[in-house]
Amino acid sequence: MFEPLTEPFMQRAIAEMTLLGLAGGALGCWIVLHELSYAAESLAHSLFPGLVIAAIAGLPLLLGATPAVILAALAIAVAARLPDVGRDVGIAVVVTTMFGLGVLLALSPDSPPGVEALLFGDILGPSDGDLIAAGALVVLLAVALPLLHGRLLATGFDPEAARALGVSPALAGAALLVLLAAATVVAVQGLGNLLVVAVFVGPAATARNLSDRVVPMIAISAAVAVFAGLAGLYLSYYAGTAGGASVALAIVAIYLLSLPLGRIRPSTRNFTTAEVYDH
Amino acid sequence: MSDAALIEARGLALAYGNGPAVVTGVEFELRAGQRLAMLGPNGGGKTTLLRALLGQLPPREGELVVRASCGSVPQTERSRLDYPVSALEVAAMGALSRQPWWRPPGRAGREQARAALNRVGLGDLADATFGELSGGQRQRVLIARALVQDARVLLMDEPFTGLDRPASERLEALIAELAGEGHAIVMATHDLEQARRWDSVLCVNGRQIAVGPPAAVLDVPVLEATYGGAIVELPDGSGRAVLPAHHHHH
Repeated sequence: MFEPLTEPFMQRAIAEMTLLGLAGGALGCWIVLHELSYAAESLAHSLFPGLVIAAIAGLPLLLGATPAVILAALAIAVAARLPDVGRDVGIAVVVTTMFGLGVLLALSPDSPPGVEALLFGDILGPSDGDLIAAGALVVLLAVALPLLHGRLLATGFDPEAARALGVSPALAGAALLVLLAAATVVAVQGLGNLLVVAVFVGPAATARNLSDRVVPMIAISAAVAVFAGLAGLYLSYYAGTAGGASVALAIVAIYLLSLPLGRIRPSTRNFTTAEVYDH
Repeated sequence: MSDAALIEARGLALAYGNGPAVVTGVEFELRAGQRLAMLGPNGGGKTTLLRALLGQLPPREGELVVRASCGSVPQTERSRLDYPVSALEVAAMGALSRQPWWRPPGRAGREQARAALNRVGLGDLADATFGELSGGQRQRVLIARALVQDARVLLMDEPFTGLDRPASERLEALIAELAGEGHAIVMATHDLEQARRWDSVLCVNGRQIAVGPPAAVLDVPVLEATYGGAIVELPDGSGRAVLPAHHHHH
C-alpha cells in the first residue's frame, strides 16, 4: 500500500497528478456546464504539432504547445464564422488538419524517438518544470475561477439573460477558453495529447451525477480527479501499465460507477413533478 | 419621483443590422406604476421592442428615452432547466449588473436575493433547484432577479405562457402589487382577455397599430389589423378569438 510512496519517481508523479487533478477537476466543471467538452478535446489534439516541433528542436514542450494552441484557437474562431461551415465542422477541420500535421512531423526522419510520450504523456516522469507549471496552474485557477464564478454561472444558465444583466457571454466564454488552453498546455505533458481530455471531462461529469449545485460539484470533481489519478498511478505501478492510460481508465471507471447513483438523485428523477405543487 | 415618464418612444423604428425594419412608428409613454401589455402576432415586433428597451438594439429612426433601469424577465423555457443552480443563485444573478469583474460575489447580493425571493413569495423555496420549480415559480424567481437588479421597469416576455389558472392568478396579483409599489411593467402577450385588465395596451404588427387604455383601443378593426385576421365571437359567449389570415389556406 505504502511501497509506491517510498519511490522518488512515484512521489513526483503523485504530486503532479494531484495538482493536475485539482486543476482539471475544478475547471472541468465549467467545461461540462458550458458544453465545451468537444472544444476541450479539440484544443488538446490541435497543439500536437507544437509538441512535436518542440521535441525536434529540443525545446521545453510548453514553448511548442503555447503557440500551437493559440493558432488552433484562432483558426477555429475563423473557420466557425465562415459562411456555410458552422462551429462543429470548423472545429473538426482545424483539429484534423493540426493533428495530421503533427503526425506528419512526428513520422519525419528528424523526429526524435519517443513520440508516443507526446501522444500518451509521461505522468511517471514529470520534470521540475512540469511540477512548477502544474502548481502555477492551480494558483491561477484558484484566483480566476472564484472571480469568474458569478459570470460563468449566469452565462451558462441563460446567455441572453446574462447579456441583459450586463454580463458578456462572449467575454466569459473567452476567459473560460483561455483558462482551458492554459490548463491543456500544462496537463498535456503529463497525460498526453490523446488522454488529457479525460481529466477535464470525466471527473466533472461524475460530479454532475452526484451534485445539484456548482460549488459542491467543483469540490467533488476535484476530489474524484485526484482519487482517480492516484488509483491510476497505483494501477500503473503494480500492473506495469502505462501511467496516463491507467489514470484515464480509472476516471472512466469512476464515472460509470456514478451513473446509477445519479439516477437515484431526487432532482434527476423528474424535474417537472413540481408543476403540480405550484403555490 | 417626478411625473416624468420612465420610458418615452417617439416615431421609433427598429431593425437588426442593415435588414428591413421589424417595427415602425412606435409612440408611447410609460409611467411609474403603469402596466402596459404589448399585443401582436409572432414576428410582429414585440420581442424586438423589449430588446430595444433593454438597450440591446439602437433605434433606426425616432427617439427612445429610458429614464429608469430595466430588468428582463424572459420566458423560463429559454433557461437550462437541467442546470445545477438554486432559486437563490438565480435571483442573486441580478447583482452582477453592478458588480465589477475583479470582485467575487458578495454576501450582500445573496441577502438581497433572499429578500427578493421573500417579496415574490418564494422565501421557503430559496434553496430549491430552479429546474425543479413549477413554471409559475420559475417566473417569480426571474422577477426576483429583476428586483435584485434594482429594475424600476420589468420587461416580461409572455410570462403567463404555459401556466395553469392558479399560477396565472398568483403571478398577475404579484405584478399588480409591484405596479402598486411604483414599478412599471411591460409585458409581451397573446392573451387578449388578460390585456383588457391592464392599464394600457400597445398593438404592434410590423408597425404600431394602436396604443391607449384597453377599453378605448381594443376594438375589432384594431385587433384585425394587429393579427392580420378576422375576429370572431366565440359561440359560448366567453369572448373573441382571432382567426389568422392564412386560416383558410390549409
